[in-house]
Amino acid sequence: MTYLDHAATTPVLPEVLAAMTEQLGRVGNASSLHASGRAARRAAEQSRERFAEALGARPSEVLFTGGGTESDNLAVKGLFWARRESDPRRRRIVVSPAEHHAVLDSVEWLARHDGAEITWLPVEPSGRVLPHALAEALGDGSDVALVSVMWANNEIGTISDVPALADVAHEVGVPLHTDAVQAVGQVPVDFETSGADALTMTGHKLGGPMGAGALLLRRDAECTPLLHGGGQERDVRSGTLDVAAIVGLAVATVAAVGSRADRAARLAGLRDRLVDGIVAQIPDAQLNGAPLGDRVNGGPGRLPGNAHLSFPGAEGDALLMLLDARGIECSTGSACSAGVARPSHVLLATGAEADRARSSLRFSLGHTSTDADVDAVLDVIAPVVERARMAGMGRR
Amino acid sequence: MRVLAAMSGGVDSAVAAALAVDAGHDVTGVHLALSQNRQTLRSGSRGCCSVEDSHDARRVADELGIPFYVWDLADRFTEDVVDDFVAEYAAGRTPNPCLRCNEKIKFSAVLDRAMALGFDAVVTGHHARLEDGELRRSVDAAKDQSYVLGVLTPEQLAAAMFPLGSMTKDRVREIAAERGFAVAAKPDSHDICFIPDGDTRGFLARRLGSLPGPVVDAGTGQQVGEHDGTYGFTVGQRKGLGVSVGDQRPRYVLGIEPVTRTVTVGTADLAGVPAVRTGVPTWTGAVPELPFAAQVQVRAHAAPVDCRVHAGDGGGLLVEFAEEQRGVAPGQSAVLYEADPVRGDRVLGQAAVAMAVERSGAVGQ
Repeated sequence: MTYLDHAATTPVLPEVLAAMTEQLGRVGNASSLHASGRAARRAAEQSRERFAEALGARPSEVLFTGGGTESDNLAVKGLFWARRESDPRRRRIVVSPAEHHAVLDSVEWLARHDGAEITWLPVEPSGRVLPHALAEALGDGSDVALVSVMWANNEIGTISDVPALADVAHEVGVPLHTDAVQAVGQVPVDFETSGADALTMTGHKLGGPMGAGALLLRRDAECTPLLHGGGQERDVRSGTLDVAAIVGLAVATVAAVGSRADRAARLAGLRDRLVDGIVAQIPDAQLNGAPLGDRVNGGPGRLPGNAHLSFPGAEGDALLMLLDARGIECSTGSACSAGVARPSHVLLATGAEADRARSSLRFSLGHTSTDADVDAVLDVIAPVVERARMAGMGRR
Repeated sequence: MRVLAAMSGGVDSAVAAALAVDAGHDVTGVHLALSQNRQTLRSGSRGCCSVEDSHDARRVADELGIPFYVWDLADRFTEDVVDDFVAEYAAGRTPNPCLRCNEKIKFSAVLDRAMALGFDAVVTGHHARLEDGELRRSVDAAKDQSYVLGVLTPEQLAAAMFPLGSMTKDRVREIAAERGFAVAAKPDSHDICFIPDGDTRGFLARRLGSLPGPVVDAGTGQQVGEHDGTYGFTVGQRKGLGVSVGDQRPRYVLGIEPVTRTVTVGTADLAGVPAVRTGVPTWTGAVPELPFAAQVQVRAHAAPVDCRVHAGDGGGLLVEFAEEQRGVAPGQSAVLYEADPVRGDRVLGQAAVAMAVERSGAVGQ
C-alpha cells in the first residue's frame, strides 16, 4: 500500500504510542487534589511546557482542545463575541475564501445567526493572501472583530506570510487568527514571532493522536468560551483534561518540530521528483498552488510534502478510485461528510475554472514516505489518467 | 469480474452487493447522489436520497470490505428525470420516473462510466430475473420490478446483474439479518424519491404554477368543475376530481388536453379502451416479428392482460387488448411480456403509450 494522504492524517509516532499507553494505564483527574490527581496534573503541565516551548509560546498561552475544528471554532466565534462585546461596532470578520471549512462555516454561521459581516479577502492565483490586500480590506479597522488567514493551505499547500499579515492587522488594532494545522511540523512556526493572536494546531497531522489539538491564545486576547464548565484551560475551554492525549500531543509536537528541517528537505526532494515525474508523463497536468521553488518570508512558499495537480479531462474522484484500486491512497482535497465530490472551494477561490477544480488530486507526503511511494505513483499514473479521461467528466 | 454495485442504502442493494462478493467478483460499491439539495436525515418513506442513506450504504460496503464511493449525478438526474417528469405532466402525460431513471441514469450514465473505468458489469438490487440475457419477473410477484426495467436494451442487459430475482423480499431481509446488516429491517422505499413529502400534485404546482381550466363531462359535454392544473390528473383517476354531477355516478378521467387545459371525465362505461397506439418500442432481445400475441402491463402495478401487438404509425405499435382496459395513461410504458409460469414471464420490450384508440376506431387523446 502506498499512503500519500498525510495531510488527512499521518501515522502515529512510536514514541507517542508508548507515552500515551503508559499514561492511559494510570488513574487520575488533573483537577483532583489527591496524589493521583497531582500526578496527572504534573504529566499534563509538563507536556504543556514542552509543547509551548516547541511552538515558541508561553505555557499560559496553550489551550488544549479536541482538535483543529474545535480550535478554529473557538478562535473565530470566541474572538468575535469578545471583541463585539467590548465595542458593538466590531461586527466585521475579514477572512480568506480558501480557508478550511472549520473557519469558513464558523464565519458563515456567525453571519447567518449573529449579525457578523464577512469581508472576503482577495486570493492570489497561488492561493496566497497578500498584506496589502489585507490592509485594504481592513480600512481603519474600527468595525473589524478579527482577521482569519491560514498559515498553510490544506489542499494546495500555499503558505501565506502570517507575520506580515499580523503586522498589518495590528496597525489598526485588529487581532489575527491563523489556522496552522498543516504548517506546524512542516515549516517553522513560532507563535511569539508570528505576531498571531490565536493559532490553531492539531495533533494527528504530525504523528500525534486524533482528537487532540490546541489553540494558542495570546494572554491579552479576549476570547469568549464555547464550552462552559469546570473552568479548565484559562476558563476559555472547560472539560476534564485528556491527559494521555495531551501527553501524546506534546511528544508528537516536540518530535515533529525537532526533526522538521531534515524531514522537510527530504520530503521536498521526494515531492519534486513526484511532480516532475507526473508532468513528464502527462504534459498537460497542471500544478496547483505556488511553484515548487516558491519562497515567502525567507522560507518555503509551499508545504514541502504537498503535490496538488489537475488532470484536464479526468475527474478527480475517478482518478482517486482507480488509484485506490491499485493500492495508492490519495485525496481530491478535503472530503465532505457525504463523500460527494464537489469542485474544490480552494481552487475556485484562486480563480480556477470548475472543471479544473473538479479534476484535481492531492498527494501529500509525510514522515513515512519513501522513494518507493513516488515510484509506485509514477508507475501507474499514465494509464490511470488515460482511463479516467475515457470515463470523461461524467457530464455532458 | 470487476463489478460495480449500485448501493442506495436500502436492504435490496446491500444484499445484491453481498451476493456479488460471495460469487467471487471484485466488487466496488457506489452510491448515487441524485438530489441537488440532499437532506441530512431520511424523512418519510424515501429510502435513497439523504446523506443518511449514503451512510447506510457505506456502512454495508465497509462490512463487506469493498471500496465505496459516492457519485454525484444530481445534474444529470435533474435534467433527465426530474425535468422530464415535470415536462411530461405539463404535456398532459403521466410519466414513470423510475423507468426513466433506469433508462437514463442507472443503465446509461452509471453503466457507461463504469465500463469506461474498467468494470465488466453493474449489479443492482432490482427484483427481476436475468438469465442468459433474458429478463423475467421476480419469483416474488408482489415485489417484481421487471416493469421499470422493461426499457433496457440487450446491450444494457448484457452488463447488468440482478441477483435478487430468484428470491422473495422476505428472504432478502433474512440474508441481511444473517449478515448483521443494520439495514435489514429498513422500511421499503416507495413513492417518488425526489418528492420527499409524497405530494406529487404540490410538487408539480410549485414547478408549474396555477394553470386553471375546465373539467368537462364526456356524457353531456357540460363543464362540471374547474381545476388548477391538468398535471393534477391522470387518465383513469377516480378520486380527487372535485366535480359535482347530478347523477351521483362515479367519474373517471378519460382524457387530458393540455392546450385548452381541458380534463374530460366520464362514467365507468366510457372509461375502457380497446387498444392503444404507442411511440417507438425498445426490445430487450431480438426484435419480434409483428403482429404477435403477448401480455401487456400498462403501469407499474397493473395486472398483465392478454393483447395482440401490431405495427402502428411512425414506427410505433398498436396494442390491442383482449378486454377493454381502464386507466391507460399516455406517457406510461406499455411493457410487453411473454407469459411463462415456470421460468417467470419474460419481458419482450416496451413502448410509451401515445394515445388510446376509441371504440369507434377513431383516435382520441
